[in-house]
Amino acid sequence: MITEGLAWLIIALPIAAMLVNGVLVRAFVGSNSKYAGYITVAAIGGSFVLSLMTLATVMSDGPLHVDTHDWITIGGLNLTFGLMVDQLTSIMLVVVSGVSLLVQIYGQAYMHGDKSYTRYFTYMALFTASMLGLVLSGNLIQIFVFWELVGVSSYLLIGFWMDRPTAAAAAKKAFLMTRFGDFGFLLGILYLYSQNSSYMDISTLYHEIEAGHIAVGVATWVSLGLLAGAIGKSAQFPLHNWLPDAMEGPTSVSALIHSATMVTAGVFLVARFFPLFEHSDAMTLVALVGGFTAVFAATMGLVANDIKRVLAYSTVSQLGYMMLALGVGAYAPAIFHLFTHAFFKAALFLGAGSVHHASGTFNMNYMGGLKKHMPRTYWGMVIASLSLAGLFPFSGFWSKDEILGHAAHVGTTTGNIVLALGLIAALMTAFYMFRAVFLTFHGEWKGGGEQEIEDAEKAGEPLPVGSAHSHFGESPWLMVGPIMLLAVLAIGIGFFSNPLVDIGGIDKHAFAHYVTHNHEVFPTSEAAKHAGSSPELNVPIAVISTVLAIAGIGLAYLMYIKGSISPQAMGARFQPLYNLMFRKYYFDEMYENVVVRKGFYKYVADALRWFDEHWIDNANVHLSNWVSRIGKSGALVQNGQTQTYAVGMVVGVVAVVAAFLLWG
Amino acid sequence: MGFRMFDGLLTITVFLPAAVALLVTLFARGENADQQIRWISIGATVVTFVLSVLVFVGYDQSVGGIQMIDHFERWIPIDALRSSYLLGVDGLSAPLVLLTGILGMAAALGSWRIKKRVREYFLWLLLLETAVFGVFVSLDLLLFFIFFEFELIPMFMLIAIWGSGRPRYSAMKFVLFTLAGGAFMLVAILAIYVTPDVNTLAMVSIPELGITGIPELMAGADLAAPAALIFGFFFIAFAVKLPLWPVHSWLPDAHTDAPTAVSVMLAGVLLKMAGYGLLRINLGFFQETQGFTIHDVAGAMSIVAAISVVYGGIITIRQTDMKRLIAYSSVSHMGFVMLGVAAVGSSAAETSAGGLNGAALQMFTHGTITGLAFLMVGLSYDRTHTRHIPHLGGLWKKMPLIAIFFLIAGFGSLGLPALSGFVAEIMVFLGTFSVWPWATGVAAFGVVLAAGYTLWMVQRVFFGERPASPGLSDEVYDNLTDANWVDMIPVIALAAPIFIVGIWPSVVTDMFDLGIQAVLR
Repeated sequence: MITEGLAWLIIALPIAAMLVNGVLVRAFVGSNSKYAGYITVAAIGGSFVLSLMTLATVMSDGPLHVDTHDWITIGGLNLTFGLMVDQLTSIMLVVVSGVSLLVQIYGQAYMHGDKSYTRYFTYMALFTASMLGLVLSGNLIQIFVFWELVGVSSYLLIGFWMDRPTAAAAAKKAFLMTRFGDFGFLLGILYLYSQNSSYMDISTLYHEIEAGHIAVGVATWVSLGLLAGAIGKSAQFPLHNWLPDAMEGPTSVSALIHSATMVTAGVFLVARFFPLFEHSDAMTLVALVGGFTAVFAATMGLVANDIKRVLAYSTVSQLGYMMLALGVGAYAPAIFHLFTHAFFKAALFLGAGSVHHASGTFNMNYMGGLKKHMPRTYWGMVIASLSLAGLFPFSGFWSKDEILGHAAHVGTTTGNIVLALGLIAALMTAFYMFRAVFLTFHGEWKGGGEQEIEDAEKAGEPLPVGSAHSHFGESPWLMVGPIMLLAVLAIGIGFFSNPLVDIGGIDKHAFAHYVTHNHEVFPTSEAAKHAGSSPELNVPIAVISTVLAIAGIGLAYLMYIKGSISPQAMGARFQPLYNLMFRKYYFDEMYENVVVRKGFYKYVADALRWFDEHWIDNANVHLSNWVSRIGKSGALVQNGQTQTYAVGMVVGVVAVVAAFLLWG
Repeated sequence: MGFRMFDGLLTITVFLPAAVALLVTLFARGENADQQIRWISIGATVVTFVLSVLVFVGYDQSVGGIQMIDHFERWIPIDALRSSYLLGVDGLSAPLVLLTGILGMAAALGSWRIKKRVREYFLWLLLLETAVFGVFVSLDLLLFFIFFEFELIPMFMLIAIWGSGRPRYSAMKFVLFTLAGGAFMLVAILAIYVTPDVNTLAMVSIPELGITGIPELMAGADLAAPAALIFGFFFIAFAVKLPLWPVHSWLPDAHTDAPTAVSVMLAGVLLKMAGYGLLRINLGFFQETQGFTIHDVAGAMSIVAAISVVYGGIITIRQTDMKRLIAYSSVSHMGFVMLGVAAVGSSAAETSAGGLNGAALQMFTHGTITGLAFLMVGLSYDRTHTRHIPHLGGLWKKMPLIAIFFLIAGFGSLGLPALSGFVAEIMVFLGTFSVWPWATGVAAFGVVLAAGYTLWMVQRVFFGERPASPGLSDEVYDNLTDANWVDMIPVIALAAPIFIVGIWPSVVTDMFDLGIQAVLR
């Protein structure tokens, strides 16, 4: 059904939309043209249809065989490009193009009236194309190419309202911090390439690993490099703190960044090179980074007041979940969680945008009581929150439980540590999500954007980002529709895509079987089983995690609805801890003030600059003066006056030419 | 004596700018003289650009070797001198000829607002273009040297008269540095000249003319001076010009004080003369010399390259003048050229070809990318009259086109894929890593630094808000206008190759590879 040409079209359609919007529409129609939105939606809709066709093809016929093409062929350097269309790709394609399509539809209303509406849809098309290109890439260099393009499009989108200094700063921060990870990624690529240039091709790499041609040491170093890239892109500790700031972009952008694109790229990278990671000694590190981040990010989510930041921390935490799953070898559960998470997280972000539409603020302290004004958004967000909290029988429950069950099953120390971390994170997740829901939709209305602006003016503080006038009421259908659709997926997609038993037409463990049914990645059924092809429901774990989730929700209920526990009193009682979490463990301060300003600027850059100006430049000047002195004494024409020298040169040339003409 | 072969295209390409410049200078008269000079000069560079395209396209890759030869024996009628007028292109020089054509046109077009002493300005600018073309197509060592040095005169005039800041100081510094380097080169040339076994000044062998070039003759020959010394003297000349740490300090001053078009030419093509010299002479001549070959110092080159990249990058971060910032970034980027050349240290010629090709491509891409960056700074400076970054801010709102193309140049400079800078850098890295892993690993950190300084500048200048004070006055800020269509022509001319080479690199790399393979023999 799908051919190579059609697979290329998945990338080409949004790229075409970008070019048409960015050049033609912008130049000849206008910077606020509704056609830009239509074009992007149509293109991504086309990609979505093709992605579904790809999924169907791979489901029935297995991975598509695609040839590679030469990109640069010179001497000893042969770089190719080509596609990889396997199970993992097909799942990612559907998730990326599907969520992106809904976000684009939502954006038609959310961005309505923005003076740079055309630019928004230009960037969105580029963003989607880059991510689709990333998941389709058949070789490592090409992955890096699209990886960087994802980075740059997120830079442009986070800084979309670039006249806000905070947005400009957040965009730069996102790009720079991920670049640090990319440095490691690049070194990993270089090291692997130096072993054998044919390893750049992923299929070849799979075969070579299976054939045992790659030493564990090599695999470990390369995996560490790739992991560094993944840590940057997926905002894992210690490169996590760009993501909450990335909220400066339009909310619909956040929805896409946090659900399907950008941050999942890191997890995808580890999944794509899963055989290499499994072959290496880096797996424990992957698991521990993921497990630690899952809890670490969740603690910051407990106390954040900005609804988008709460969601951002939850994204970091959930990505940690996926990482820890990959780290303990739970390949299928990790992909499954990526899959379910994309839908409920997109619903939550789109919901947050809808809430902002009504309340004029993102600060939950100024919301409250919105439930009766926007019931559809409310229910959409509640369902998505239940799913995120991992309550039976919502999607999140199934995927989260598989991860925890797998961690318990491996039985190693690492497995037990990350299991404990995962359970703690589950409790926190339930708490902070329902804290957010209760603060936003329940209780009394606390004034919204107007109140926030008034307070800020009173306190003489800068105006909070995104403050606007509130106007009660449900958001338009273009916004609510995608939220409701995603909520439906948040309810059912978990169970129905990967059921515990055969249900009419859908096999037992269909999803897990499908993603592990790849002989290149999992050559034996034993390997596939080990990677979670047929997960068992671990009942004790399921019960414990459900209890924890309910406890978290209950605690949030007691604190924010019943008021039987006062959040203020709790905050006061644990003041140092509260401050630590509220100030994000001072990581921003540490990186910006200590590492960059004090360390790098002062002791490295300024010192070098001083050295350059006072030593290198002086020495150079002295040296050249010295040369010119020699010139003065040595040659008549070269008396140090450049003008004379120039005249001498011209005269000389003229004389030579004249001589040539006369005697030639 | 006399012409032994004359294709003509290269001679015309080289001398057309100079000829037009001289004619216009002498004959343009009357009230509209400045306007005439301006447009005729620009027209000349456009024609020259077309000619450079013809050279690039006309080079037959299936044949290879030296093509479009213009050969006039003993153009200086002194037998003992053995110098002949020998022009020709191969795969290495043809793309650089194209680059010169593009940048010469962009520089002239970008100068259409010049009001001061228009006549002389265009005279020097066109003479400069001729000199640079001459360097890339000369295959006679003396001729090469003459063009290499001649370029100083127009550069000195252009910086000293039309510059800003401390133009005379900077112009003098530029001249003295290059001159000092040139002195070393002259000695090196003399050493080759007085070596009895090497009885030619031809820089390459041309079988169809029966010319055996210096590279072959120097192989195993008894040289008049130790090979290491000759190599070192050439190397010093090119290291200054490239420039390499620690002899880079003329570059920031020259760039900062030069007028826009001159910065474009300086960054775009003048620095490439040094990279070209490194490949053609240091690499071409010293592969099989007695007692010493380039392979012996490849490790040292990789270390100096890594220092240049990181040192340049770190200092760039602390610059507050837009032009000075880009100038220092050039030090960092030209370090990649050196790093690619260091790949020659590999025992397998196959491996070194990757790095060397990367170096060649880095020259091409840096020319277009940095040329574009300087052009955009110039357009912005024309309007705001300041390049001091803390005084600027929020310019995107007022001049989106300038901002967008500046951003493209910036992304090119930080190695964003789909733009040409990435291709060159990845080729250098891939080619050199297996030979010098540590130096390459350190140099690769340059891409993080590049992201730092580029995005910092973009954020401060184009994003955010106008600083309250002491920024631009309301009067200036409110009247800022975006680039008009005349301004955009050179911008597009420079931006197009950045995208084309970024997406379809083999259009240039195949050509470079032919040249590199021939140099490597």
